[in-house]
Amino acid sequence: MSYEVKLEVFEGPLDLLLHLIKKNEVNIYDIPISLVTQQYLEYIDIMQDLNLEIAGEFLLMAATLTHIKSKMLLPREEKAGEDEEAEDPRAELIRKLLEYKSFKEVAEELGQREDTWRDIFYNPPDKTIEDEEVFIEVGLFDLLEAFRDVIANTPDNRSLDIAPDELTVRGKMTAIIEMLDMAATEGVTLMSLLEDGSACTRRTIVVTFLALLELARIRLIKLMQAGGSETIRVYRNEDIRADSGEPKENLL
Amino acid sequence: MNNSELKGIIEALLFVAGEPLSIDRIKNILEDADKKSIQDMLWELQHEYDMRLSGLRIVEVAGGFQIASRPELAQWIKRLRKVKQSSRLSKPSLETLAIIAYKQPLVKAEIEDIRGVDSSGVIKGLLDKHMIKIVGRKDVAGRPILYATTREFLQYFGLRDISDLPTLKEFTESAASYDEADSNVSMETQEN
Repeated sequence: MSYEVKLEVFEGPLDLLLHLIKKNEVNIYDIPISLVTQQYLEYIDIMQDLNLEIAGEFLLMAATLTHIKSKMLLPREEKAGEDEEAEDPRAELIRKLLEYKSFKEVAEELGQREDTWRDIFYNPPDKTIEDEEVFIEVGLFDLLEAFRDVIANTPDNRSLDIAPDELTVRGKMTAIIEMLDMAATEGVTLMSLLEDGSACTRRTIVVTFLALLELARIRLIKLMQAGGSETIRVYRNEDIRADSGEPKENLL
Repeated sequence: MNNSELKGIIEALLFVAGEPLSIDRIKNILEDADKKSIQDMLWELQHEYDMRLSGLRIVEVAGGFQIASRPELAQWIKRLRKVKQSSRLSKPSLETLAIIAYKQPLVKAEIEDIRGVDSSGVIKGLLDKHMIKIVGRKDVAGRPILYATTREFLQYFGLRDISDLPTLKEFTESAASYDEADSNVSMETQEN
């Protein structure tokens, strides 16, 4: 029997299997494993003939299918005295196919939503209005990302670091708190802290970053990001200051 | 303030906001209005826009309300201004997003287990497009990175929140057929 394969691009072995099940109009819960395996292998052959690179996953599935097929050929073990049926060798594969299929369907629906929502437009906010910022607390990963950006933009002037300087994490923590107290409710941007002054070396950036982490850990500062914007701002944690008067000296 | 004043204020806020406004945020601005009447006025506004066949409508998306143009009018808007639109998401991207949306937070290996293929490239693309984000590391050997969907994801697909996603029909069926341990479809709402 000649068998024509229309070459489509399949996301992976599960996608190809679903296609074969659909094409043969067979029941996914009762896959004719021998037929499907044969067609699957033919497809792999064609890919090989066309010199397409075959991902390892396709070959692994070919092996799995062949294995299931051989298991199906063996007589089922009759376990006398046990009520439980021996598990269908296809069960695991079927479960995976169904799971994958359901996500594929959701993906299709998302694709339709994408089409609709790409045609919906909003008006941009009025530029004269300073955003009444909704703040979301910055997570460690946002902070690390900002830190990475600054480091990446800073030339690695190692030679400048030889002179011993007074830069300590503790000193930097005090400096940051002083800056924040001056800035009052406004807070300062993370960038202005990291790029503070002329001596912007990797060393100062790292020390500043460690100081910020420590201050955040002992809850003296809050790191917030305005909704949508990239800028991370640093604030004094007012709750703490109000609670215990002068916690700064004690904690540092 | 009476209801029509309240409604006018809310409409103006939505107009200038440029992003979805949540009821909580509107309440913070209005102070003496209660959530119930804000909700009522939002619904009334939505209804009014629809009734007078306005070119605008008020959509509920990504946890808030926003004034938007009607999708049917896209062709005219595109004539006014060149719309810089990124290309549609690829099939593998949509598939991967669907998996992350339902199972978040999850690690790459879990995605690949469901898709049956390597997904590193797709995940990177989705991170670059801000559709997903890193939310931490899983406390298992190797401490793999955990991924979750973003607010931008909700906005891009016009979803109110994660529970707005379609239910996984087949998946529930399969869970019933094969009583597997890992078939729980958790629809955790994520915090943004």
